[in-house]
Amino acid sequence: MPFIPHTETDVKQMLASIGVNDIEALFDEIPAELRIGLLDKVPAGLNEMEMSRLMHVRASGPQPLCFIGAGAYEHHIPAAIWEIVTRGEFYSAYTPYQAEASQGTLQLIYEYQTMMAHLTGMEASNASLYDGASGLAEAVLMAVRANRKSKSKRILMPASVNPTYRSVVQTIVENQGITLELVDYQLDAGCIDVASLPADPGDVAALVIPQPNFFGVLEDVNALTDWAHVHGLLVIAVVNPTSLALLTPPGEWGEQGADVVCGEGQPLGVPLAGGGPYFGFMCCNLKHVRQMPGRIVGRTVDADGKPGFALTLQAREQHIRRSKATSNICTNQGLVVAAATIYMTLLGAQGLNRVANSSHQNTQNLAAQLNAIDGVTMAFASPTFHEFVIKLDGVSAEDVLGALMADGVLGGFNLNADYPALGEAILVCATETKTAADIAAYRDALSRVMSRLKGGAA
Amino acid sequence: MSNEMKRNINSQNINGHQDGVIFEKSHSGRTNACQSPRESSASRVIPASLLRESPPLLPEVSEMQAVRHFTRLSQKNFSIDTHFYPLGSCTMKYNPRACNTLAMLPGFLNYHPLAPVETGQGFMSCLYELQEILKEVTGMKEVSLTPMAGAQGEFAGMAMIRAYHDARGDTARCEVICPDAAHGTNPATAVMCGYKVKEIPTRADGDIDIEALKEVIGPQTAGIMLTNPSTVGVFERRITEIAKIVHDAGGLLYYDGANLNAILGKVRPGDMGFDVIHMNLHKTFSTPHGGGGPGAGPVGVSERLIPFLPVPMVGYDGDQYHWLTKKDRPQSIGRLSAFAGNAGVLMRAYIYARLLGREGMPRIAEYSTLNANYMMVELQKKGFDLAFPSRRATHEFIVTLKRQAKTLDVSAMDFAKRLLDYGYHAPTTYFPLLVPECFLIEPTETEDKDTLDGFIDAMAKIQSEAETQADMVKAAPYTLPARRLDDVRAARELDIVWKPGEQTR
Repeated sequence: MPFIPHTETDVKQMLASIGVNDIEALFDEIPAELRIGLLDKVPAGLNEMEMSRLMHVRASGPQPLCFIGAGAYEHHIPAAIWEIVTRGEFYSAYTPYQAEASQGTLQLIYEYQTMMAHLTGMEASNASLYDGASGLAEAVLMAVRANRKSKSKRILMPASVNPTYRSVVQTIVENQGITLELVDYQLDAGCIDVASLPADPGDVAALVIPQPNFFGVLEDVNALTDWAHVHGLLVIAVVNPTSLALLTPPGEWGEQGADVVCGEGQPLGVPLAGGGPYFGFMCCNLKHVRQMPGRIVGRTVDADGKPGFALTLQAREQHIRRSKATSNICTNQGLVVAAATIYMTLLGAQGLNRVANSSHQNTQNLAAQLNAIDGVTMAFASPTFHEFVIKLDGVSAEDVLGALMADGVLGGFNLNADYPALGEAILVCATETKTAADIAAYRDALSRVMSRLKGGAA
Repeated sequence: MSNEMKRNINSQNINGHQDGVIFEKSHSGRTNACQSPRESSASRVIPASLLRESPPLLPEVSEMQAVRHFTRLSQKNFSIDTHFYPLGSCTMKYNPRACNTLAMLPGFLNYHPLAPVETGQGFMSCLYELQEILKEVTGMKEVSLTPMAGAQGEFAGMAMIRAYHDARGDTARCEVICPDAAHGTNPATAVMCGYKVKEIPTRADGDIDIEALKEVIGPQTAGIMLTNPSTVGVFERRITEIAKIVHDAGGLLYYDGANLNAILGKVRPGDMGFDVIHMNLHKTFSTPHGGGGPGAGPVGVSERLIPFLPVPMVGYDGDQYHWLTKKDRPQSIGRLSAFAGNAGVLMRAYIYARLLGREGMPRIAEYSTLNANYMMVELQKKGFDLAFPSRRATHEFIVTLKRQAKTLDVSAMDFAKRLLDYGYHAPTTYFPLLVPECFLIEPTETEDKDTLDGFIDAMAKIQSEAETQADMVKAAPYTLPARRLDDVRAARELDIVWKPGEQTR
């Protein structure tokens, strides 16, 4: 029997102790009419060898050269990370409620909080949320609670924020009467025009600022932050953690810095894995820490006065506050956070800076090469981090991406459905994992595809 | 050896120079060349006003230092792989290694979530089959895998209930009913969905008070949130009657799947009359708890809620697996995550489900129930008080230490901490809130009789320690990497981020 250790003798002894004849008797409180027979639609059990064979076949699909980013990024993952993360002591531990028996997990989270706070330039970090998109939703809820100057439930949400994030935020906050008002981007620059923001926005709780934004373009975060603060809005920064090795941390944006910082942690040592598990990070300053959702670990002392770690500020949480909690969140993304903590430790500030720089430079390089292809232009003239948008002349993005895939290249993310105003446009990413040969392979493939498709059209 | 001596030895072990926080091991200029990309000479085109002025404070340690540090941290944890972990309502069963190894095959790890589905058919077939398996074991009509944790599954469930009422123009329903024994997420979730919470009491026999339910239910009721078996470790015997009362009032029934392990392959929430359920795959389907996540909280629904399920889901047209999005399901409550939820966790659950197969499912319920009833009876024989002595245990049961707290001044927390010294993780303490000084004990099916006997003996020993040397028990634990932590100080003198110049050791 899979994973059940009982021998017949064990079962006999246990049943005798309980005073029943068979295991079935233990279910005698369940009304008979509710009982079911065998679950016919569940396949028969496999042993590990059979299962392994099946999964190896399913994992053996094509592995094309991938230039898709759009919220999930391929980076080198040091071998040590997942060797340590999958140690049973991390992998099979529970949430650290019993602090004395969870000092490893607790100290690791404290170190994670420290790294994230320093990376974002903020004073506090929680132990993580589910992912970047749901983290932004929690940041919106937090900002509405935390903005003491405003009673408003209005949030300014730029169209340059990842459209999927916007849709997740909508799902999560709409039942609480919060409204998201779209802020447009400039069609030629791909970012928000600060000058176009209203002189009097009225009572609004917060402005969301993406950096880099969904197009990879860098927003004028300093001016945006100052505009928001002048009008009594809190600033929610949505940032890429890798980029923070290079870019101004949100804590230093404008005169006063951002108020809530969130984002997707996946670039920090977490595999693409079809979309998860990833983790969302969230940081703020101490004045707002009691409004922050999620677990927080604090350093304290034990009964002997020695330093130790424990969950703290639990009065915000559902298991204490029930219907008055800051969120219904119980856990963090523990294992994935462990991976990110080890990643940041192994790379350090210099290593992370090189990853950011190398990704930035590969992207510049790829952009320049694609721009030289007939029928391909850069959508925006603004500086970018490690993604950019190309526009295609006279061919459809869908056809181009399909043809590239046939050539073994995943050419990027099709922006058609989310940004029809851009025409035929593709969001392209090149991280540090792409070699000069990879970049040349993309260029050559796109060049072939463009001349073929355009030739066919003519 | 006296406890004092053990404590001293232990202190020496843990307070060696290796045990500070990682930042204290850092030395300026130490780098890991092996983990850094080569420097390239291409130009950078970012305006100076957007560039960081000073590097972030991250550790500067060698790869070996990092590996040793985090390996040593891991050794300060209890875990299923090292200890018996009878945490009620958490289902801490063995996490088969194959589930991890096979979910981490490179073909799955390298798959970009936005890559064309043609390149991920193997991956998607696993998710599709998992949807089908979960439908069958819960008796629900459709399943969406996308919620990333039980709490998010709850949110999705309640949002669907709201969407259902709203779609019918039935907008006067503003209340959700929860038993007083409900998990804290239940009322918190109801509020997130814009509802007010009405609590109803639990009777002395552990069933919910149906008369109280009849009193609070009405045209303002959107639904009820229940766990069955309930959080007090017994099967709600009148569930069919409850379902009828709620449905007759126009409300819907929400099933919290925390305790699905107890009934897997025996009874199905769909057959009990539930309209929407969430499952905790990190409990029943043995995906790792990981020190607090990631979990996965898929939702299943009855016929009437199918249009509202969260997206994406995996569809299959007989030829190809594909994502179902809002375009395919316009009434969906929408997306809950940037991609497809905690996909890697879903893969582990799928592998586990296939290893069990249809014969394995009911055995989970059978042997987890056998283990719990055996422990319950044996602990009672040792003199411990049961919260619901007239009832069968399900996969878990409650011991109350109210008598010990009153007569010996030794609380459930003290028993819990002393158990750690005996090498057992404490059961869930002080939940559910309605049973004073409680231990909610869930052994799971993967533990053998010797382990259960060892735990029972430890409980008996602690009882006699409590009778003769209560102060010693009240100051436990002694043998762990830390003694009791000062929670009050942790909250008052908030130290949640290390700053340079501080010393931990």
